[in-house]
Amino acid sequence: MTNNNGNGLKKASEHGIPAPLALLAELSHRCPLQCPYCSNPVQLEKKTAELTTDEWRSVIDQAVDMGMHQIHLSGGEPTVRHDLEDIVEHCSKKGLYSNLITSGVLLNPDRVKKLEKLGLEHVQISFQDTENENADRIGGYKGGHVKKLEVAKWVREVEIPLTCNCVVHRQNIDNLENFINMALELDAERVEIAQVQYYGWALKNRAAFIPTPEQLDHATEIVEKARVDLKGKIVIDYVIPDYYAKHPKNCMGGWGRQFLNLNPKGDVLPCHAAETIPHLKFDNVRERSLKWIWENSEAFNLYRGTDWMPEPCKSCDRKEIDWGGCRCQAMALTGDARNTDPACSISPLHNEIFSMAAKEAKSAPPEFIYRRYGVRFNSPI
Amino acid sequence: MTDILKINDETILKFPKHVKFKYNEPRKEWVILAPEKLVKPDKIAVEILKLVNGERSVKNIVQELSKIFKAPENVILEDVKIMLQQLSEKGFLVE
Ligand code: SF4
Ligand code: SF4
Repeated sequence: MTNNNGNGLKKASEHGIPAPLALLAELSHRCPLQCPYCSNPVQLEKKTAELTTDEWRSVIDQAVDMGMHQIHLSGGEPTVRHDLEDIVEHCSKKGLYSNLITSGVLLNPDRVKKLEKLGLEHVQISFQDTENENADRIGGYKGGHVKKLEVAKWVREVEIPLTCNCVVHRQNIDNLENFINMALELDAERVEIAQVQYYGWALKNRAAFIPTPEQLDHATEIVEKARVDLKGKIVIDYVIPDYYAKHPKNCMGGWGRQFLNLNPKGDVLPCHAAETIPHLKFDNVRERSLKWIWENSEAFNLYRGTDWMPEPCKSCDRKEIDWGGCRCQAMALTGDARNTDPACSISPLHNEIFSMAAKEAKSAPPEFIYRRYGVRFNSPI
Repeated sequence: MTDILKINDETILKFPKHVKFKYNEPRKEWVILAPEKLVKPDKIAVEILKLVNGERSVKNIVQELSKIFKAPENVILEDVKIMLQQLSEKGFLVE
């Protein structure tokens, strides 16, 4: 366990940071799909280590007492847990707004109805493509796409608002218009078009996914036009890969500023990818309260605020806008989590990394490395 | 998503099923929660939204508000309508 006494790090309250807004709850790393861009850590947690129903109930109670507004029930695949219903019920009893982020494939109509009755507020279903064959190939799960379309209908039948999460990359980006049309046909309220973000499994597969700048420009045009044409009918959220942006994204609203993430065994992380930073020590809800962790945990306090920043971030006037970008990406691509996120065009490493990615985008895509337990890698970088 | 609603004096508004307008006790603030949205309405919007209950018409809401703020109804009516219109266009209120 970490002890922050005397380590010199400022705590949340000393940064003037209030309680977090929302909790991302990874209920399990188990998942029937094997997306090669999964955001889960490359070392997946086993079922036996997962928090129990009562432990999740306690986390929910603590989150509400701290003043959190929302919970995102995620994974892996959250529906592998047979107590998902109990967890949802407890959220609505406590007034925590609940959102289920699922691949959908394990759901059936009765379960969807039940979840609605218990107070589930929103469902997000992920789609790998709009064509059966390619979608099932990317997800590594036969029959998955057809099943997802069905599940989306069940969700709308019980009038839960639906978001279609579409992860796009060079092997499906040409179907972008079809993704938007599919979401419209499914009566979704929102469609999220997210380009793959490159850490964890996705980084291992970057060469298979990274789009060319031309593909990306074309995609952006399509989204901009659809936003105008479909105003009032559907909300389109669009995330471009930050390799092609000038400045990095404001990751998580800043490290340890707005959100916290629980992994299946109860480690509390500043972001879902934080386990890719090997020197971070996480505190666990089995040993400490959520409130204590938010205030004191070293993993949070190390990169809170701006004191830790080296140049060029230190003297940059955007340092309280993007907070130096993504720590996990800095770790993955430069070997030091404190460095400026190389997605930033000001980073001294930006050109080298960007040109490598651009070269990958123009070469034939390699085979996928699917997300599975116990896969071994050589680092691609 | 439904078509855009045009609010008049007689419109009766309510919150859609998945929009929650609530007081967060630990934070001491009112919020509107909707899928992927978290909005903190300003003080006046809070007073207006507290009166939305699926029974009161816009006119009734204005009558109540005029008592609370001690302002003549005809002075506040248009402002209230504009605010309700904006909230309904964001999907936070329906008929
Ligand atoms: S140098 Fe740092 S603070 Fe400035 S834009 Fe780049 S990442 Fe953001
Ligand atoms: S740096 Fe932030 S956004 Fe990026 S992966 Fe880590 S936590 Fe997430």
